[in-house]
Parts: sequence; C-alpha cells; structure tokens
Amino acid sequence: MCGIAGLIHRGKSSDVGSEMTSMLTALKHRGPDSTGFAVYGEPNEGDYIMRLKVAEQEDMASGYDMQDKIDARIAIVEKRLAEHNASIKAKDSATPYALRYVLSHEGDTEAMARYIEDVEGTEILSLGNALELIKDLGDANVVADNYGLRDFKGTHGIGHTRMATESDVDIRSAHPYWAFPYNDVSVVHNGQITNYWLKRRQMEQKGHRFMSSCDSELLAVYTADNLANGATLEDSLKASIEEIDGVFTYLVATRDELGMAKDTMAAKPLVLYESDDMIAMASEEVAIRAILPQEIDTTDPYDEEIRVWKA
Amino acid sequence: MESMSVMAEDMGYDPRAGETRDAKEGTTQEDRARDLGMMSEQLKNRSMEVFFEVGEDENYTYPWTDQVDFNKRTELDCEGKPTTQVNKDIRALMAEGYGTIVLKNPRGMHSVGVGILNKLNLIVEGSIGYFGVGLIDGPNVRIQGRVGWSCGENMMAGTVVIEKNAGSTFGAAMRGGDLVCKGSVGSRTGIDQKGGTIIVGGDTGAFSGFMMQRGRMVVCGNAGKNLGDSMYDGTIYVGGEIRDLGVDAVPAELTDLDKAWLTRKLTQYDLMPEKGIDHFTKIIAGKMLWNYDNLEPNEKKLIL
Repeated sequence: MCGIAGLIHRGKSSDVGSEMTSMLTALKHRGPDSTGFAVYGEPNEGDYIMRLKVAEQEDMASGYDMQDKIDARIAIVEKRLAEHNASIKAKDSATPYALRYVLSHEGDTEAMARYIEDVEGTEILSLGNALELIKDLGDANVVADNYGLRDFKGTHGIGHTRMATESDVDIRSAHPYWAFPYNDVSVVHNGQITNYWLKRRQMEQKGHRFMSSCDSELLAVYTADNLANGATLEDSLKASIEEIDGVFTYLVATRDELGMAKDTMAAKPLVLYESDDMIAMASEEVAIRAILPQEIDTTDPYDEEIRVWKA
Repeated sequence: MESMSVMAEDMGYDPRAGETRDAKEGTTQEDRARDLGMMSEQLKNRSMEVFFEVGEDENYTYPWTDQVDFNKRTELDCEGKPTTQVNKDIRALMAEGYGTIVLKNPRGMHSVGVGILNKLNLIVEGSIGYFGVGLIDGPNVRIQGRVGWSCGENMMAGTVVIEKNAGSTFGAAMRGGDLVCKGSVGSRTGIDQKGGTIIVGGDTGAFSGFMMQRGRMVVCGNAGKNLGDSMYDGTIYVGGEIRDLGVDAVPAELTDLDKAWLTRKLTQYDLMPEKGIDHFTKIIAGKMLWNYDNLEPNEKKLIL
C-alpha cells in the first residue's frame, strides 16, 4: 500500500523534520516495513552533504567480524574521497552502518560517487548541497529518533512509509530514492510500475545504475535521465504520465521545488492542502491533520495531474 | 474407486467414461441456468430502473433498532479515540435514545459512522477520512468538512451531505438514499452504483459512473474522462463539460421529467445553478454491453 507525504514552506524555513515525522507517523498503518525522509535545509553552495550506508541493518547480525568489515569499508570510502580531493569537514554516524559527511569538493561529483559506490556494501543515499536523505527499517518515530531528525529545520521535504510488495525489506529498497547522480533530487512513490523491466533496461543501456529491484527506483533514475537531457521538473513529470505504465502517485523534490504526478487511472490517492504559506500533501488526510489540526480545505488531484511548487 | 463410482452415480454421468452432463441429460448449461432462475429474458434496450413512489416511506427500520429522539442531542469528542471506539460510542448513545449526535474533532479519522442502521441525525464538525459513513441504512448525516475515499460506500438509505470536497470512489456500490457533495469529488464516483442518488456540486474525476447499474448521478461541474464507462443502466446528468464518454455510454434527451426531477433535487440541496438546468447533458447506457456474451467476436470489437 505505502504512504507518501510532502511538505513545502513558501519563502521560509520551518521545523520540517518534526513535521514530516508527525505526518509519516500518521501514515504508519499504510506501511510498517521502513520509513524514509528527504528533507531540505538551506543550501550551502560551498559544502556537499553526503549520506551513505556501508551495510544493511540485517548485515549487523551476519557475523562476529561485521564491525571490522564496516570499519574497513569506511576507511576505503574516506581514502577514495581523498583521492578525489574531497576534504571531510564533518562526519557523523547515527548507526554503525549509516554515515553523514560534510564535504568540501570541487570537481566531478558523479565520478566521485561512482568510485565510492564501488566499495563493497556501499550505497550513497544522497549527495547535494541541501538534501539530507534518511531511511531505515522501522516506523517514523524510530527512524527520526535514531537519526536525530526532529530538530531539523528546512524549507521542504518528502517522506515514505513502506509496505514491501515488490522487493525486500531492506534499506536499499526503502524510499526516498536519490536521483543519482543529480544533486538534491529525491523521489517517493506509491504504486506499481508495470513496464519497470522495459524502462530499466532502457535506462541501464544509457549507463544509469540501479541499486535495488524496487520499481520505485526507476522513477528516480527516470527523473535523473530527463533532467540530464535538459528537461525541467515539470517536463519530466508530464512525460512520465505517458511513458511510465502502471498505477502510481509520486513526489519529486529538488533543491527548491516539490512536484507531484498522478497516473492516468488516478488509482493511488493523494490529498492536497495549499495556502499562501505552505503546501502539504499525503496519501491520507489524517497525515495533513497531524500538523494542521485546524479546519482546512483539501482537494484530491485528478488523473494525469501534475503540479510543481517553489519553496 | 468405490467412492468415484458413487460420485458418478450421484452426478448422473461418468466423466471417466467421457460422458458430459449436457449429453447425458440432453440439456444445455443455458437450460439449467434458466431452470434455476439464474437467467431472465433477453434484455433489449429496456430500462431496468425502478422508479420509487415519491411518497413511499424509505425509512425502513430493523426490528432491533433503538428508538431515538431527534430532539435529544449530545456531543461526542473524537480526540484521541480510535475509530472503533467512536463508532461504539455512537451506538451506545443511540441506545440511550439520542437522535442527534455531534462529532467533534474527527480530524480525518477513517471509517467514522459506518454501519448505522437506524434513524439518526449525525453532524460531523470537521473532516473525515476513508470509508466514512459506509453501509448506512437510514441516518441523515451532515459533514461540515471534507471526506476521503469511498464515502457512502454501499449506502442503502438516508442522506449524507458534505459541505466541502470528497475523495475518489464517492458512493461506490451505493444502493439507495441521497449522497451529496457540495464541492468537487475525485475519480470513479459512483463506481458500481446500484441505486440512490449522487449529487456533486463541483467537478468529478475520471471513470465516474464506471459499471453503474442503477440510480442517478448529478454533476453540476465538469466530468473527467471515460464517464459512464461500461454502465449497464442508470442515468448521469452533467452540467459542465464532459471530457469524453466511456464504452457504451451515450447522450440522451433531457426530458421534462428529468428537468423536474433535477430542479427538485438541486433545489433541495441548495445546488441549483443560477442558469438553471436546461444546459445539463443526460448520459445513459447504450445497452450494447447487455448482450455482450451473445455477440460474435467481430461484433465485440465494434463495441469496445
């Protein structure tokens, strides 16, 4: 089933971390397997924020020497960062397998990202100037607490509660997906994509990488491909209605935008609230009510509808 | 082996010997279905719609229902309560004779007010989520906010009036009563509608009236694509633009009877357009699908 939610404040920062946590907690019944957040702070052009995992949560119980392996992987990652002239300005780890780096880097970030993902068990969850992408097994409260998300301030964010139907219960199959290699672009999705393998082969032939067999990852790769070809977010969302088969509603966030697209059958829900100050959307109104208890007007976007909002 | 023989004896034919029931009994599946009352006459462009008498008492009550007094009013705060508790509380209040219940702070709660098989004035001060007031038979419900997906699903009798917007599958499989949304609704409104009246003050989305079987739907605004797709019967009235019609949905003449009915219903719910109802388009089933199974393959292609 899965639940998705999005939130964007117009022209100001807010408590996006706690707001998204409240929204996703209200959607827990739509998917208890994993929870993910892509939240956007004020962009810092000088620094890159890179979040990555060097193992899956389940790997931690796979052997006595797992921590040694993780330490070795982290050492290689940091060595490769240095080889790409990226200096580490800050480093945090919320869990033994998930790390956050603040990097100073000039050069080809895609080449650096590919080099780092070549390290065994390593996947870059996000890379950008504003995006912080956090996802793990458990509900919104567990993930938010483990990763210290509640104090995060920013302009916008998207999130996802997952009920695994197409692939495994693990971090690589959890949402949001970063639109590798595009800085600050993330995607969450609710639905099933029926031409997944066809489109995946097309994307792989173009050189795009897939880290999971989750059909939702296709939307991130597809968006990245469109952006690479000069499309705007609105163009990409519009094209997806024609080119992606299946039933879907998905949200895409960039550094300063949040967009939504709904398939031609309008089979997956989304409730939308708009005001002068903020826009909130979720699979169910109960998620919007979690942050806006007062009486508000909400609407359901129609079939083939796409929308894009600026922060 | 003995049991197989007994089975063949019971059946009247032996499948192991290549016998078929049709050959043995000299009957066809169609004959047997007719004998069992499973098939009626061939349907030939004739409406199956049942028109109720205006004065007919639709407030059928069940023997076990509580005697409630509409003048006995109370409030029920939903804050912090799970849906099941709210619905139990509604029943407990009805058992105490309360005929008017005001729900406070529903805040998008799902499945509120389902399965009320009694007379009741239920007033919801706020918005509710999915599957609100489904399977009801008798209450009058007024919702001051909006409703999520599948409001009034399988509703049998009563009146539901929503002041704001509604989600998709509004009135799915509805059988009777009036279901009114003064705002706009999502997609697949009245899917599988079997009776009753759905009225939408604003627009409706794609596939509205999909596989509609009976009843009436009124949309004062625009209708999305595939309106009335595969509808068997029933009537859809649209005041705005129709993006396109679904398979076997066809326009029909708006008669004086239609106009009188529309005027009465829209006036009743304060949704009468300023320019009247003469501009409404009436959509009915073309009935080509009624005999679909009897068609030759090429004829089926012509319909679809």
